[in-house]
Amino acid sequence: MNLVLDALAWLLDSANWDGRGGIGARILEHLGFSAAVVAAACAIGIPAGVAIGHSGRGRSLVIVLTSGARALPTLGLLTILGLALGIGLDAPFLALLVLALPPVLAGAYAGVESVARETVGASRAIGMTEWQLVRGVELPLAAPVLLGGVRSAALQVISTATLAAYVADTGLGRPLFEGLKTQRYDMMLGASLLVALLALVVELGFQLVQSAAARRAEPHRAPSGARERISA
Amino acid sequence: MTWLSQNLHIVWGLLADHLLLSVPPILLSLVISVPLGRLAAGSRRWRTPLLTGTGLLYAIPSLPLFIIIPAITGFALRSPATIITALTLYGCALLVRGAADAFASVPEDVRLAAEATGHSRWASFWRVELPLAGPVLLSSLRVVVVSTVSLVTVGAVIGTASLGTLFTDGFQRGIEASILTGIVLTVVVAVVLDALCVLAGRAAMPWRRTVSA
Repeated sequence: MNLVLDALAWLLDSANWDGRGGIGARILEHLGFSAAVVAAACAIGIPAGVAIGHSGRGRSLVIVLTSGARALPTLGLLTILGLALGIGLDAPFLALLVLALPPVLAGAYAGVESVARETVGASRAIGMTEWQLVRGVELPLAAPVLLGGVRSAALQVISTATLAAYVADTGLGRPLFEGLKTQRYDMMLGASLLVALLALVVELGFQLVQSAAARRAEPHRAPSGARERISA
Repeated sequence: MTWLSQNLHIVWGLLADHLLLSVPPILLSLVISVPLGRLAAGSRRWRTPLLTGTGLLYAIPSLPLFIIIPAITGFALRSPATIITALTLYGCALLVRGAADAFASVPEDVRLAAEATGHSRWASFWRVELPLAGPVLLSSLRVVVVSTVSLVTVGAVIGTASLGTLFTDGFQRGIEASILTGIVLTVVVAVVLDALCVLAGRAAMPWRRTVSA
């Protein structure tokens, strides 16, 4: 347990928090980078997933993408893109986007797909246009499952952003790898504990948002957390 | 291809290392999760803590877990035991929920019928509930197989040899062929182990012709 105490001492030492490479800056970097990737994945994946769920065309694409992404080793993707694109944030951004896209796409698709056919039919019968149907009926009802997909993606990105420090100077993976190379277990373990904590906080935050969305979508039913995660 | 033919013996060795790191956690998590899943399905008191606990466990990123485990257990950082422990925990995180769903899918009537025909609880578990839970259990086991095989490669960055070593070596020395070989082989290992699971499932559950992922 001495190792853990050393790590906590490293974490609580204010000298380690300040400056450009300090813990504070690394946390912001980690979160900012992860948020940018997830936002990009949502910008592409949600419209595509909703379109597939609404039209029913392209289902097999979603299945192939999600099962394929699970088998694809993240580190392999990071390193091959790192070699191809050079040092910088391009390679990790692209690699993480490839990881984040399938769960967002699958969540959006499965959410819209799960809306009852009678509900869709009823909406058309009362004269809703397709656009009104998507925005006013399908999206709110799909929200809990859709958010489940975004949550999977966000967790995976936050996890893997740590690994991204192997190919680029970014995020909380940096002190982790620095500690590994210089045999400083306190730094390595401190950074590890911090990433784990960050992931847990994000996971719990998403749980709250998701159950709020579930209450809104189906007020009469007990909230259930629809969830699906792929490896990180 | 020239790179591969010149380094074939290294690749074979890493492939063997990879299998030795991925098969034990898959088997261990299956053995641990089935009783825990049964417990979660059968008792309301155990359900929430077990499922919440394993869910949160799964949220912890793999690389930090590889570093936290030695600090708690005293294993050497680069030892296979560290990787196997971490991946067993992940496997359980997925499988306990999967097993709980699988046992919950066994109809209550069937359980009562087993009891009425004189099965003891032990006999009912082995001869009635487990076979009926089998297909759902198998589909979560397949997810565990594929994700475990992929996660083993992460160990390479802390220095544990596996197919992931082809990524770290290839990256440091600028050999794309090494990384590509690693990616292809990792996917192949995942697909082969997954297929073995399906075959084993067919052999164990001959009444079930198809098992979907």
